[in-house]
Amino acid sequence: MDLAELFQLFDSTMRNATPLLLACLAGLFSERAGIFDIGLEGKMLAAAFASAGVAAWAAAPYVADPFPGQISGLGLGWTAAWLGVMAGIAASMAMALLHGFASITLRGNQLISGVAINFLAAGVTVLVGEALFSMGGQTPQLTGGARFIGLTLPLADTIGAIPVIGPFYRDVLSGQVILVYIALLMVPLTAWILFSTRFGLRLRAVGENPGAVDTAGISVTRQRYAAVLICGVLCGLAGAYLSMGTSAAGFVKDMTAGRGFIALAALIFAKWKPYPALWACLLFGLLEAIGSKYQNVDVGAFVIPVQFMQALPYILTVVILAGFIGKATPPKAGGQPYVKER
Amino acid sequence: MKKTLPAWADVVLIPAINVFLAFFVAGLVVIFIGEDPIRAMQIMINGSLGSSYGFGYTLYYATSFVFTGLAVAVAFHASIFNIGGEGQAGVAGIGVAIVCLSLDQTHWLLTLPLAVIAAAMFGAAWAAIPAYLQAKRGSHIVITTIMFNYIAAALLVYVLNQVFKVPGSMSPESRRFGEGAQIPRLDQMADWIGIELSRSPANISVFLALLAAFGVWVLIWRTRLGYEIRAFGFSDKAAVYAGISPVRIIMITMLISGALAGLMAINTVMGDLRRLNLDSVLGAGFVGIAVALMGRSHPVGVILAALLFGVLYQGGAELAFEIPAIPSQMILTIQALVILFTGSLENMVRFPVERLFLRFNRGRA
Amino acid sequence: MTVVEDNLKGRPEAAPDATAIELTGISKSFGPVQANKDISMKVQRGTIHGIVGENGAGKSTLMSILYGFYKADKGEIRIGGTPTQINNSDDAIRAGIGMVHQHFMLVQPFTVLENVVLGAEDGAMLKPSLAKARTLLTELAREYELEVDPDAVVGDLAVGFQQRVEILKALYRKADILILDEPTGVLTPAEADHLFRILEGLKREGKTIILITHKLREIMAITDTVSVMRQGEMTATVKTADTSPTELAELMVGRKVLLRIEKSPPNIGETLMEIRGLRVRDPDGVERLKGIDLDLKAGEILGVAGVAGNGQSALLEVLGGITAASGGTVTMNGRALDLSAQADAGERRDHGIAHVPEDRHRLGLIMPYSAWENACFGYHDRAEYSSPKGFLRRTFMRDDAREKIEKYDVRPANCDLKASNFSGGNQQKIVIAREIESNPDILLIGQPTRGVDIGAIEFIHNQIVALRDKGKAVLLVSVELEEILALSDRIVVMFDGAISGERLPQDTDENELGLLMAGIDPKEGPQ
Repeated sequence: MDLAELFQLFDSTMRNATPLLLACLAGLFSERAGIFDIGLEGKMLAAAFASAGVAAWAAAPYVADPFPGQISGLGLGWTAAWLGVMAGIAASMAMALLHGFASITLRGNQLISGVAINFLAAGVTVLVGEALFSMGGQTPQLTGGARFIGLTLPLADTIGAIPVIGPFYRDVLSGQVILVYIALLMVPLTAWILFSTRFGLRLRAVGENPGAVDTAGISVTRQRYAAVLICGVLCGLAGAYLSMGTSAAGFVKDMTAGRGFIALAALIFAKWKPYPALWACLLFGLLEAIGSKYQNVDVGAFVIPVQFMQALPYILTVVILAGFIGKATPPKAGGQPYVKER
Repeated sequence: MKKTLPAWADVVLIPAINVFLAFFVAGLVVIFIGEDPIRAMQIMINGSLGSSYGFGYTLYYATSFVFTGLAVAVAFHASIFNIGGEGQAGVAGIGVAIVCLSLDQTHWLLTLPLAVIAAAMFGAAWAAIPAYLQAKRGSHIVITTIMFNYIAAALLVYVLNQVFKVPGSMSPESRRFGEGAQIPRLDQMADWIGIELSRSPANISVFLALLAAFGVWVLIWRTRLGYEIRAFGFSDKAAVYAGISPVRIIMITMLISGALAGLMAINTVMGDLRRLNLDSVLGAGFVGIAVALMGRSHPVGVILAALLFGVLYQGGAELAFEIPAIPSQMILTIQALVILFTGSLENMVRFPVERLFLRFNRGRA
Repeated sequence: MTVVEDNLKGRPEAAPDATAIELTGISKSFGPVQANKDISMKVQRGTIHGIVGENGAGKSTLMSILYGFYKADKGEIRIGGTPTQINNSDDAIRAGIGMVHQHFMLVQPFTVLENVVLGAEDGAMLKPSLAKARTLLTELAREYELEVDPDAVVGDLAVGFQQRVEILKALYRKADILILDEPTGVLTPAEADHLFRILEGLKREGKTIILITHKLREIMAITDTVSVMRQGEMTATVKTADTSPTELAELMVGRKVLLRIEKSPPNIGETLMEIRGLRVRDPDGVERLKGIDLDLKAGEILGVAGVAGNGQSALLEVLGGITAASGGTVTMNGRALDLSAQADAGERRDHGIAHVPEDRHRLGLIMPYSAWENACFGYHDRAEYSSPKGFLRRTFMRDDAREKIEKYDVRPANCDLKASNFSGGNQQKIVIAREIESNPDILLIGQPTRGVDIGAIEFIHNQIVALRDKGKAVLLVSVELEEILALSDRIVVMFDGAISGERLPQDTDENELGLLMAGIDPKEGPQ
């Protein structure tokens, strides 16, 4: 394997890691506040659909006088993509709100709520997609302003001349879509919010001992809703990236393909900390990249089948959860609804 | 200390209101799509219950859902959330196929019991690893069972392509089972006693499902093991105090759960498809979650809920045929709504109902 | 240090002799249970006011109303003379009320500073708040003997220090009125004395202190006035100087209390259990038992005294087969017990060791199980309760439960009722009936009367004595010194995972045991 091939692998690692990272940080906010969320998957899926659908509509040509049955687009340029992102975030936040209502206000089972949200997203996206676009649940192929394209970072070619580091900068770091950079920036931002602000202090406290927060005169409910909504925003970005920032360029049913769960595994692996989350997601991204790049791997004595390579991220998730790589202690109040003690 | 609700409200009233709410919201979705929910309902009920053909399909689906619903229910009693029914049933299909392909020269009376054993064993085996990891390493069984669904899907594709595929064929499926692996359909059995029914895939597995439901009832409420499973489900610490080993309970419960999920492969692979392909589970494992929640983890409740979902699936297929704007994902949506309302949003109904009863009781006192 | 002055000197506008808190006609019910009935109370500024009462008398509910955790159904609260609505903790804090909860409301992985600042931050950024808190904490520490390392992680601190953090939290929020709910339950006598010195200091500065406790000794030692609660009602409010412990006890219970238990001298037989060098490490690697040597003899009640958290729980759990030992041996009738993780509680029961756990809610009962299902819990695999094929003998189970319920006077006498529907005392009777009726050689029993009403206490004590009189051995763990002194034939005291002393009840008193509980042996006996 030469350097170019390696960097190509890293390039797809970055792209694979982005939705995982956004979803992982989303889960981090939620779980640090004591709300388990296995509905990351569903929120991402809903966001992927909403953003692709709205972006397609916004970028479609504007028809001043549509004939009956014809739907006019907005005829927007590059803003169409951003409108799509907004829609994705809105859809994801709506689901987050539902999860919050079930688990915070109604003190319901958070796992069951998450499962329901995953199914709801899987069903509703196709239902609505079919009703709107009649394309078997898909959205129209996104083109032009409706999708994100790679950004060339400053001096990519100049720096690219430097051996090793140069091509890494040019081929891996540069040329990604903006959501990739946003995802990367979210890591220090999350760390800062969590550990340097009042909001972060209260958020972490509410996940460890909500009673302490309540008796300190702060609303546990409001704090947890805030966390769940942030989780919604980040899942929204993750979903928008999936449908608008990747080569898929549109929504395909069930396109999240378990990424929400892998993000959760990464979160556990990262022990609910932002920077380790970045490394965990990059690791999973790399695995996915290897799995799709090398189909049948010939190791001499036998051939590793393609199905095994595709299942690799899932297998690794199990291995990580098995705790073969360190033991993790989750936030203490995680998964338990807060009830004032008698 | 506080006992605010009479048993009937707890067991019947609240679930009924919740299911109603789920369907009400589903109706709103139908309206949003621009179709008539009343008409949709009529088509579904007609299509699923209106003819012996439709009812046969309903029964066929319900049979699968009884198995997967029982699987989830048994695990629920131990406070374990087994989302892996999909994968467990899928892998069980491989076991059924192995038995059927090797014994289909004999008689179904021989093949069926062996296939049942194989289905249960393969299903249990696929549940065993997540169970072991939960019991010994504390790995989150919800996530591991989901991962095992994905891994099972990959495994199935591999096996179909590399092991079972008929040489020369392009489609990833096994050859058709011979005569000796074909279990009787309900219409055939009805024919034996002189009743004429339309041909449908409902088969002898219906009775296996009823047997399994009875077995689960006996297990949970009449045996020492069930007593221990429930005790562990209510309080794992108390179970340890009583000398009940958590590792043992988690393992046994999950093996039983996986075996039950696996049994649905008898219904689909042996009873209908008569070959192994990629269509043997098709989400039935997930339906089990809704069925168990709606049936409150009680076998009778599970049977009723499975029938309801049978109606939904058969009716939904008719619906998608009659009104193409309502694809089969409608059923997935209803399923999600049922899980939501009977599961996580349960208190939305329970809290007001409890208040109502409290006021009523106080008024009487 | 104007900021500090501001915090410490109380509110200048208040007249020196004013009423700090006045409650009028407070009532609160939870469903059919009336927790507080028409309670009125007045507390003068700059005094220490005690509230005594049994468990379940309604003390904690009353204080929770004052702190905004519950809303009273009826009644008025006046703070410093002004009627005040307290709908949540925030309102309470603003009214100058601070609370030290029985179970500390601290975030374990946070530092002391972060805990103090939580909810009382000055702005969106943490740094300035933390810096301010640091200076203030230093001042408070000097003023009131409230020293604690501001950068220590709370989870690593000893309970006494954690309690100081709770007090600091209240003072940081400029509390004028400090409520302490059972503050000494987890403290050694020395720590408790330190706490009382802190409280005296606060009182001198004009703070008002409400002390909730069921320990009459503390009331007599530190309070100026005292209110007595019984079954949700406030039965009396008196000046402490004008009353006596006996009078207070009568007011609490409503009748004369039997402080001594009728029991004959023990008839001590041979050694049943020998514990040698027993060690237990918890999952976090902390050593809970650091080499225990004990002999347990037939026909004796061996009392284990100590402040909660000094290894008594670990001792019960390892002997009961719940946790594994990390070292040492236990032999019973000459046979070694399996102390590894392979052994379980069922095996101990087969050896004739019965166990009434300290926490019946978490361990001893399955709350959603009916009484008859609970009445053989742990013994359910015995031949009388389930067949060799694994089926439950339900008819026998119910008959057996009915018998136990009758013999132990469990009320209501309905074996189909769920465990959660019985009162604390009757729940405990179910557990004790089950364990004693299994006819053990050794009974391990932890906190036998915690949360149990007074009538049941006597009954339970008599059952324990009766078992000992049958020649069985009882290992009694209790944090109530009175109980230990009244029941035991021999007493060992545990401190920090080891035995700090052994005494005979007739040769010792609460003071000496208190010192031992703090790890100090007044006699420096042979060790």
